[in-house]
Amino acid sequence: MSAQFQVDTPVPTSREQGEAYVRIENVTKKFGDFAAVDSVSLDVYRGEIFCLLGGSGSGKTTLLRMLAGFETPTAGKIHIDGQDMSTIPPYDRRVNMMFQSYALFPHMTVEKNVAFGLEQEKLGRQEIKRRVGEILEIVKMSSFLARRPHQLSGGQRQRVALARALVKRPKLLLLDEPLAALDRKLRENTQFELINIQKRLGVTFIVVTHDQEEAMTLSSRMGVMNHGKIAQVGTPAAIYESPATKFVADFIGSVNMFEGRVLDEASGSLRIQSEELGCVVAVERSVNCARGATVWTALRPEKINISRDQEQGSPENVVRGTVKEIAYMGDVSIYHVQIDSRKIVRVTLPNIMRDAEHRITRNETVYLSWHGSSPVVLTE
Amino acid sequence: MDNHAGRRLVAGIPLLWLLLFFLVPFIIVFKISFSEVRLAMPPYAPLLQWLHGLPHPKLNFGNYAFLFTDRLYISSYLYSLKVAAVSTFCCLLIGYPMAYAIAHAGPTWRNVLLMMIVLPFWTSFLLRVYAWIGLLKNNGVINNILMYLGLIHEPLPLLQTDFAVYIGIVYSYLPFMILPLYANLEKHDNTLLEAAADLGAHPVTAFLRITLPQSAAGIVAGSLLVFIPAVGEYVVPSLLGRSDQLMIGRVLSDEFFENRDWPVASAVAILILLALVIPIMLFQHYQRRELEAQK
Repeated sequence: MSAQFQVDTPVPTSREQGEAYVRIENVTKKFGDFAAVDSVSLDVYRGEIFCLLGGSGSGKTTLLRMLAGFETPTAGKIHIDGQDMSTIPPYDRRVNMMFQSYALFPHMTVEKNVAFGLEQEKLGRQEIKRRVGEILEIVKMSSFLARRPHQLSGGQRQRVALARALVKRPKLLLLDEPLAALDRKLRENTQFELINIQKRLGVTFIVVTHDQEEAMTLSSRMGVMNHGKIAQVGTPAAIYESPATKFVADFIGSVNMFEGRVLDEASGSLRIQSEELGCVVAVERSVNCARGATVWTALRPEKINISRDQEQGSPENVVRGTVKEIAYMGDVSIYHVQIDSRKIVRVTLPNIMRDAEHRITRNETVYLSWHGSSPVVLTE
Repeated sequence: MDNHAGRRLVAGIPLLWLLLFFLVPFIIVFKISFSEVRLAMPPYAPLLQWLHGLPHPKLNFGNYAFLFTDRLYISSYLYSLKVAAVSTFCCLLIGYPMAYAIAHAGPTWRNVLLMMIVLPFWTSFLLRVYAWIGLLKNNGVINNILMYLGLIHEPLPLLQTDFAVYIGIVYSYLPFMILPLYANLEKHDNTLLEAAADLGAHPVTAFLRITLPQSAAGIVAGSLLVFIPAVGEYVVPSLLGRSDQLMIGRVLSDEFFENRDWPVASAVAILILLALVIPIMLFQHYQRRELEAQK
């Protein structure tokens, strides 16, 4: 995984007051027998960028479409700013959406597209013109007023779509895969622009994405979805460093997972015997589980040390193996090490030196070790 | 044979077809329209006569002038345009909702409905128009039912009216309106309507501002497919229409077969064609615009 940019988002005010802006209560959406969204409860606070992250079919888009009003929940309630949304049609919601396909009106110019929403509010022509100009200025599309959507590039269409949604000054903006159609470089820049615009206008964003990098860059908090349920909600760092379940640990970033049994447990520490790993894992963290219980130890590839020599000391948190593959990625190298239990462990090391001598090569015997705070112990 | 030659062949065959069976006959008709009528075989004078070994062209504009002096031609010409326009408008009013419904029906229903639209083509056109006589005549089905119900006491004069002509043309040409409209509406992206709703547009506004303008090309295509043949329609007005007001197609046929005045008939044909060239050019203009928008 490449570098994560830490963008400091101001702590959302409504969160401090503990007052949810969007409250989703036990919402279920069934298509036939299939529950696309399965009793989800979620609070989103004013001024947040909240990302819903999940694979295809995880229910994230269905949840977003229920917020916009295109789908009605089979069960449960959605409140936005204290108002029950059950009977409110999409065209009466102060919520706007940026569609994944952008859904720009092909027979209208950029100006007409952006003005469309304001015309529905029956504003005066001068007012509309002023606000359209203002928002196009913000998204840097002022010089494309007279163009039609098919005369724009993907990135320009994305900006127009954003402007069209924002010009209504919504309290809540829903973004469905906002950057999926852009190429990598453009995506990175646009992410930061989105954050800037969000801060400037103070709109609450709910973003749906399958791209974890996008979710981590954009969001102040995020929810990981799986099979129609929310698997975990938290800040990007909390979700990456302290995943709650095996699914989350595996879905966000890459991870090495080992099954094991709890040997003994004390306050603030835990020892796990793992056949799969072939050593005792000592964890400096208390986990709520009984002796003898089956648990999984999750180790992030970048938190494992790799060295030729075995460190003197305890035989805990160290395991021997043979390097099978090395993938050079530029910024980091990925090592696939087969440990003595035959399992392959993935390790990433940053390439700090340009021409390091004694680089570890294939088929070398190495020792993998980690700090006691690094493993995450998971019970489900 | 390389790709280029293959492409030329594919384009060349229909071109040759049009040349042989459209352009050449058109030139012949065009030529006849400038000659003088004659009691002979063929019943018109040649344009080029040889006098003393010199070519002597005899162009006669009298046929065209004649069309503008006789009330019969002008009135049937205008009447044809009116009938075609009203019928086209009725087809659009009836066809648009039908095409819209088919485009929004589920995949199974859609095929069944399309089948039902095409089904009438399986019987002869003439037969279907004749069937309307049975429905509309004084002791026909409609009048009998209305009298049986006691709604009327003497038969309504339905047959041999403008109304009967409109019914016949609308009934016969409705599929030509529905099919291009359906093809257009079926391609519409539903997320555009969602986007409109999201931006605060009521469904009616969304239809008027998104669906309707986007289906303009389908409306134009369907309207031309109905309007063009309706202008020259011969069978429907002959069987269902008034006897005191002829349509231009009937006038044309009468000139050829009753009066045997080929030059005047040719002049009528050329004028009909001219009237239709304008809508055809409109049609092509819209088609080009739609193609551009799809790029």
